[in-house]
Amino acid sequence: MKKQTVGQSMDRVDGRLKVTGGARYFADHQPEGMLYAALVCSPVSSGRITAIDATKALRAPGVADVVSHLNAPPVPGYKVENPNPKQGLKIFHDDRIYSNGQPVAIVVANTLERAVYAASLVKVTYAQEVHQTDMAHSMDQAFQNKNMKDYLRGEADAWKKAPVSVEAEYNIPIEVHNPMELAGIIAHWETPDKLTLYAKTQGVKSVQQSLKTLFQLPESQITVHSQFVGGAFGMALRIWPMEIATILAAKKIRKPVKLVITRKDMFTLVGYRPAAKQRIGIGATAEGKLTGITHEAVANTSPYEDFTEAIVNMSRMMYACPNVNTHYQLVPLNLSTPVWMRGPGEATGAFALESAIDELAHKLHMDPLQLRLVNHADIDPERNLPYSSKYLKEAYEMGAAKIGWQQRSQTPGKLEENGWLVGYGMSSGVFGAGRGRATASATLKADGSLVVRSAAADIGPGTATAMVQIAADATGIDVKKIKFLLGESEYPEAPRQGGSSTVSTVGSAVNDVCRNLQQKLGELATANIPAFKDLKAENIQHEDGQLVAGNTRLDYAALLQQQQLPELVVTTTSQAGDERKQYAMYSFSVHFAKVQVHPATGVVRIKHIVSVADSGTVVNSKTARSQMIGGVVGGIGMALTEEALIDHRFGRYVNNNYADYHVPVNADTPPTDVLFINKKDPVINPMGAKGMGEIALIGFAAAVSNAVFNATGKRVRDLPITPDKLI
Amino acid sequence: MNQFSYVRPASQQAAIDAITRDSSARFIAGGTNLLDLMKNGVLAPEKLVDINRLPLKNITLNNNILHIGALTLNSEVAAHPLVKTHHPLLSQVLLAGASQQLRNMATTGGNMMQRTRCSYFYDITMPCNKRTPGSGCSAIGGINRMHAIFGASDQCIAVHPSDMCIALVALDATVLVAGPKGNRRIPFGEFHRLPGNTPDKDNNLGKGELITGIEIPHSPFTQNVYYLKVRDRASYAFALVSVAAALDISNNTIRGARLAMGGVAHKPWRLHEAEKTLIGKSPTADNFRIAATVATQSARTYQHNAFKVPMAQNSIVTALQKAAAV
Ligand SMILES: Cc1cc2nc3c(=O)[nH]c(=O)nc-3n(C[C@H](O)[C@H](O)[C@H](O)COP(=O)(O)OP(=O)(O)OC[C@H]3O[C@@H](n4cnc5c(N)ncnc54)[C@H](O)[C@@H]3O)c2cc1C
Ligand code: SF4
Repeated sequence: MKKQTVGQSMDRVDGRLKVTGGARYFADHQPEGMLYAALVCSPVSSGRITAIDATKALRAPGVADVVSHLNAPPVPGYKVENPNPKQGLKIFHDDRIYSNGQPVAIVVANTLERAVYAASLVKVTYAQEVHQTDMAHSMDQAFQNKNMKDYLRGEADAWKKAPVSVEAEYNIPIEVHNPMELAGIIAHWETPDKLTLYAKTQGVKSVQQSLKTLFQLPESQITVHSQFVGGAFGMALRIWPMEIATILAAKKIRKPVKLVITRKDMFTLVGYRPAAKQRIGIGATAEGKLTGITHEAVANTSPYEDFTEAIVNMSRMMYACPNVNTHYQLVPLNLSTPVWMRGPGEATGAFALESAIDELAHKLHMDPLQLRLVNHADIDPERNLPYSSKYLKEAYEMGAAKIGWQQRSQTPGKLEENGWLVGYGMSSGVFGAGRGRATASATLKADGSLVVRSAAADIGPGTATAMVQIAADATGIDVKKIKFLLGESEYPEAPRQGGSSTVSTVGSAVNDVCRNLQQKLGELATANIPAFKDLKAENIQHEDGQLVAGNTRLDYAALLQQQQLPELVVTTTSQAGDERKQYAMYSFSVHFAKVQVHPATGVVRIKHIVSVADSGTVVNSKTARSQMIGGVVGGIGMALTEEALIDHRFGRYVNNNYADYHVPVNADTPPTDVLFINKKDPVINPMGAKGMGEIALIGFAAAVSNAVFNATGKRVRDLPITPDKLI
Repeated sequence: MNQFSYVRPASQQAAIDAITRDSSARFIAGGTNLLDLMKNGVLAPEKLVDINRLPLKNITLNNNILHIGALTLNSEVAAHPLVKTHHPLLSQVLLAGASQQLRNMATTGGNMMQRTRCSYFYDITMPCNKRTPGSGCSAIGGINRMHAIFGASDQCIAVHPSDMCIALVALDATVLVAGPKGNRRIPFGEFHRLPGNTPDKDNNLGKGELITGIEIPHSPFTQNVYYLKVRDRASYAFALVSVAAALDISNNTIRGARLAMGGVAHKPWRLHEAEKTLIGKSPTADNFRIAATVATQSARTYQHNAFKVPMAQNSIVTALQKAAAV
């Protein structure tokens, strides 16, 4: 029998297209007659638009129109009767300015250059009001909405009575996703009620659903194409106001319109990881048994939407601790709405919790790895459920061996290499292993090739490749004969690519549709082929793309040909069952970092990283490794370099470009060992694969800051750890 | 971006004439700074005078004086055997700047003329005296972590961002200039300016003047040199502070010393007083520490950049130690 392909290191099915320029990203499309758009954005952070003078812009060469709240077509789905501001930004609906950079007009012209130039000619006047973008000055505005319930297990603030305790505050700044590919959209109204879009999105179906509501069109009238996405990290999980603006401009002008936003606007128009201020109190017995954790967080949101995420959740379930309470609040600032950014809230929370664990270990004179082992949760302490699978202890062990943990000194500041202080740090990460609902179709052709379709997205992890492998194993058909197509709203429904659940959710649908295809083939054989007449379809063996009955082997292709069927199409919906109520399902990661700190200049160099993932079956060891390395790079950014700076007097970003907002470069990225537990989760889904995208980053920043502490004895609780903080 | 005309003169004189006639005209070399400024609306020249056809791309050694043409690329200078042999410090500073892609475009003249990276200068919605004299300095009272600790004024606290210029000021280079009134030579230390009351003027190049090249005199600093650039990421970032150190050591005695800093002032910051403390001394950490203390005596800090003083002192000591150890 053919070798299993799941688990292999297979090259990406679209790798060649990507490196030869053959992959078509949204901006590569060019519907006939397409025009180009440029945004006019508010330099004011709060107030009203009092006038828009577009006379000069309209007279500029090639300009088709200038669209704003003064002349935009109405959006039927805007809830206007109830002017509750918490309904999302209703772009071009009224004169309100909520944040700096908010689009106030869109200029459309027959070339990009002309649109950009004309946009500079639009004169907008504002009645400026007082704004606030500094969380430190708005703490009195902190609130909880009804989704943000406090959590209590056992006794509140029990850490205060513990023999050994730590209380500390941790801050992270706003971080911006900054994928290489800029955001934007091409909007084309083919008829007044038929909309076609080329989008950069993590979910074509979710775009379709949002627009269905906003424009009150049937689903069949909205087509969304998004076959290739040049990175997103969460920023393309929802539709943004600038995309609606483009759709409105296209509607008004009745021509296809393309908008690609600028790097600067990537800071203000497509979300970000919110700034967060966290306080942790943690206490233990002298032997290191945790007795209480209190985790409080405040994060920012926009004036018009409450963005919440799971910042404090890890503290509830990572460690066996009898007393835990958490509290989470939001502060509205005159900024656009945040959105999940890789690892999302869990990464924010893990920085605080995993730093606090390290601080506690130091106070206990205990190896932080030992402290984690002592408090290992054997069952989920939050829900009192067994884990579907958990190999965290093995992960600790593997990682510690690989990094050479035994070389670590318990006393900080003791190791040195060539004049640099050396430190070792570690952390853990956890993220819910999800499985949603997805549908896939499988089309078997008479030539023996198989096409599987689902409206999934691939923002880079190699989704199509993994799906081809899953389909190959499920059907026995060779990977070369299988295609997986995604990124089209007309395909069977799939959720957004987010929360590390695509392999689990869509992979299950692919697996199941392939099984159903085999069932159908079996039925066809039992009904029509003498050798199979006496068998039941479900009892027929399938091997290497063939039906097997005793000594008779029948190619799928031959069967279709004999039956004169050009193709056989099967569609299957797949979702989790009750097992999710019986088991706690989590992916775990463990990060180890060896750092060097230059005592004179405060420069931190990460010398070696080991990241271990307990993510169930690894479907493709090559793309999985890349996925983990990507998480590590994001984690290095969070730990050492990334911070979106706002001048609060203006409410405006001052480092909104790739030169000043420091995404790690190659030179920041050390040798990285990625290790996988690679043991099948017996419950979660047919493949046994848990998620991996988020755990790659969750906890990472704490491993680095813990290593920096180990090197220097200095505890940096405000990210990023730039040289000035260590000098 | 405005509409602009574009000319590509074949001779130096034609280039100078083209600029002199038109008050907003600019030379363009590699374009790596100028185009960004134009795209951001900071500059709106009505004419670009492309000088890339001028025969100013060369590196030669005559009578021990190294001549580098103004259009020689940063990457070419960094890799050139004459530079590596006679002025290894220059090669080091260039390799610490920008990225290989940018160095492949950036020219020697353009590098000297690059504008500050102060964020407020690049964003036309916020006040900036350098961009719009009299509008105010947003960095004072704003975000000024990257800003100057030496020689700033209450009009502007920006720093000159070049790495290349730090070596050139340390090596006593001379700027060769051609202009409507003929040729002149400007000692490198007098080329860039402090902001004073005219922060809009970065340097002393006159209207219509073209940098044709630089000269670096013979120097004994071929061995014990080091450029330390402290930055927020390992590559492709501007300096928080940087130190170019060059020592001439014989018999364990410092005969000559050159020290200059980047990231600390509106011009490449030469540390003459600190250099003097080193002459005749032995290359020890204690002597380096004395030099560092002298070097930072005139420092003045702002809300976010006080760290630069200890960082500067430590960096001077480290750079000198590295230079001495080579
Ligand atoms: C992302 C980024 C990162 C960077 N990082 C660094 C860094 O780490 N260190 C560093 O030192 N630099 C850095 N730079 C700056 C880079 O070195 C400069 O942009 C480059 O040297 C400018 O040279 P150019 O030939 O491209 O100049 P241009 O952009 O062509 O011109 C710049 C200015 O010089 C004038 N000019 C050009 N040539 C002459 C001449 N011969 N005579 C008179 N005037 C002239 C032009 O009129 C213009 O005003 C960075 C730049 C970018 C964009
Ligand atoms: S420091 Fe200079 S360049 Fe920066 S805002 Fe002030 S005046 Fe402008």
